[in-house]
Amino acid sequence: MSELLLQEELVVKHTVDNSWHVLRQYTAARIGLGRAGISVPTKHLLDFQLAHAQAQDAVHLPLNIEQLKDDIERLKTDIEQPYKADDASAIHSLAVHSQVNDRAHYLQRPDLGRRLDADSADLLKRSAAPAEEPYDLAIVIIDGLSSFAIQKNAPPLLQLLTQRLTQQPLSDDKDETCRLAPIVIVQQGRVAIGDEVGELLNAKLVLVFVGERPGLSSPDSLGLYLTWGPKVGLTDESRNCISNVRPQGLVYQEAVNKVYYLLSQAHQRKLTGVNLKERSQQIEGSLLEDGKEQRNKNFLIS
Amino acid sequence: MQRQSASYKYILGQRTFEFNDLKDLMAKATPARSGDRLAGVAAENSEQRAVAQMLLADLPLKTFLQDLLIPYEEDEVTRLIVDEHDLVAFSLISHLTVGDFRNWLLSDLATPKVLAQVRPGITPEMAAAVSKIMRNQDLILVAKKCHVITAFRNTVGLPGHMSTRLQPNHPTDDVTGIAASLLDGLLYGSGDAVLGINPATDNVAQATKLMQLMDEVIDKYKIPTQSCVLTHVTNTLEAIELGAPVDLVFQSIGGTQATNSSFGFDLSILAEAEQAALSLNRGTIGNNVMYFETGQGSALSANAHHGLDLQTCETRAYAVARKFNPLLVNTVVGFIGPEYLFDGKEIIRAGLEDHFCGKLLGLPMGCDVCYTNHADADQNDMDNLLTLLGVAGCTFIMGIPGSDDIMLNYQTTSFHDALYARKVLGLDPAPEFKHWLDQMNIFDDVHNFVLNDSLPNAFSASLNNILEQ
Repeated sequence: MSELLLQEELVVKHTVDNSWHVLRQYTAARIGLGRAGISVPTKHLLDFQLAHAQAQDAVHLPLNIEQLKDDIERLKTDIEQPYKADDASAIHSLAVHSQVNDRAHYLQRPDLGRRLDADSADLLKRSAAPAEEPYDLAIVIIDGLSSFAIQKNAPPLLQLLTQRLTQQPLSDDKDETCRLAPIVIVQQGRVAIGDEVGELLNAKLVLVFVGERPGLSSPDSLGLYLTWGPKVGLTDESRNCISNVRPQGLVYQEAVNKVYYLLSQAHQRKLTGVNLKERSQQIEGSLLEDGKEQRNKNFLIS
Repeated sequence: MQRQSASYKYILGQRTFEFNDLKDLMAKATPARSGDRLAGVAAENSEQRAVAQMLLADLPLKTFLQDLLIPYEEDEVTRLIVDEHDLVAFSLISHLTVGDFRNWLLSDLATPKVLAQVRPGITPEMAAAVSKIMRNQDLILVAKKCHVITAFRNTVGLPGHMSTRLQPNHPTDDVTGIAASLLDGLLYGSGDAVLGINPATDNVAQATKLMQLMDEVIDKYKIPTQSCVLTHVTNTLEAIELGAPVDLVFQSIGGTQATNSSFGFDLSILAEAEQAALSLNRGTIGNNVMYFETGQGSALSANAHHGLDLQTCETRAYAVARKFNPLLVNTVVGFIGPEYLFDGKEIIRAGLEDHFCGKLLGLPMGCDVCYTNHADADQNDMDNLLTLLGVAGCTFIMGIPGSDDIMLNYQTTSFHDALYARKVLGLDPAPEFKHWLDQMNIFDDVHNFVLNDSLPNAFSASLNNILEQ
């Protein structure tokens, strides 16, 4: 009898909970997991593996081009796309490819992911705006490191953005509409390939949607990059970036507000990059002053 | 000074293998990794690599004092390496080839005491060269014989010990979020190497705020450890001038002057920073005030590698580190991504190389055992590297809640992982910190790494504070 009781006690006590796991309401960090001996309990081990599996799949899952083109064509928008041949009501898109062969190649050769293959370059040249009448904007959708992020977030984001551009043209002249280039979808691309696309299409400004390096708890994060006067060879200092666009991160409407602000600033000032960034840093600076006063407020000290 | 390029030639049977120069030979002798392929310096095939290793093994160590990989006039890291080289210490090994240097390191002649004496005679290039012809077990065996002990408020690097950096990063630097991760880590016995935060917002005001936060925690709970905000060295210098409580000065460093200038500093700034931190006199038992981070690939990604392979550039960064008497040096091995280290195998090899080269050159070498989600690696690879480094006597590893850095979006070792290594390998935390863990009742039995099942008294009041709000 006493032996049996002892065994029951062992069964009950083989994992230890941490009372401070309630602090999870203040952070997404994996705190208070408890332990089996000194190891992570089975439930949390398997939760972690699922998150890692989703993040890895996001990197390796190929972009479903047909689905994405279909989703884009179904968007409801009145945005103007000049030089468009066929069906006037649907958004026109083109699919192109970088110089990378496959995913393993992509991961090891970022340089080739920044350049279009020859067929793609030819295709874009045929859709270019005349030299004296450039497009106002080219939107380039790139799989990047998470096709999942693109498949899920690019169509709804594009819907909201084109609506906004229709309602509120980029230029001060209210009669002017935003002349949008064909939407370009790039497979196995890096951010900088957007500059080559923008240059070939003859666009004043290029806006890249790219699948970001997936985090363990954010496999679907989409990044936005903006370049004025796109051309091959520009680097990060020429771009502005808005990161972590996803339903649990920066939500679509907020992302569109931010990107519209940057697009209109870029059109007015004819630049992107460091000089646009400075403004946002000033905003950060003022927030810090508030933080300074509250610096002592944490439960370990008070 | 330059040897003729024709002298890097190896005849194998009927065939002659030629290498352009010493850096070409070094690169082609390097175990395979994606970053060297990206740079276009890797061996073309396995046979060429094996032959390069044979030719490298035949080179006298003296070669590296004459044939400088980056010219003296062009690079202050080269000047540092040459000017600081100690010929008296070198005299013990000056007759050796690279191949014999390996034999000597593995032999019983190379005791911890002798290895410490020879240290100033070994240049980074010699260390890198010999590592290229060593197997993983060689890297482990020799590193374990290299004892490097440093101190600030506790003693880091004693044989049979392994420390942990508690890394309570938060994506918005939220103080409650950071405090929650700090509490979690301390209650799992983490944090004797340093409490170290990567700030999400990188400026002086933010760094100062985080320094004060950690200083208050250390003070309230009387923790025998040190803190560091991993912000740019110039920010820390400014924070010191403003009177912030700076324990350790952080900087990412690389192995070429051009890499470091892309990081926004030079050697004179590091010297200034070390002096500034020393002037605060905040260490209680030692005066090692610098914390450096490195990692293979940083020079290439800054396009500042001068045609050198990843690992040789990395080892040159250790010359920069050892000039400034660091408490901790951390190779962040798997953070950079698969275009530099493709998979678990390449990450593990690089981690062991960096730890060995760092220790051989006299650094308190730790490792951020880590990977990103686009690398072909997983928790099992990290378990392997952690265990190997634990056996090799690695000075410290990272500790983070559940292996998930929610700010930097990568995976590193958890608080649980460190306890696993302690338990299977019998590795103690720093003695002063171990004593504190015992006194605070964080462990029921600190000698056998048995944690307390309930919340220690000193922390229950703090937890109640927030739960009542």
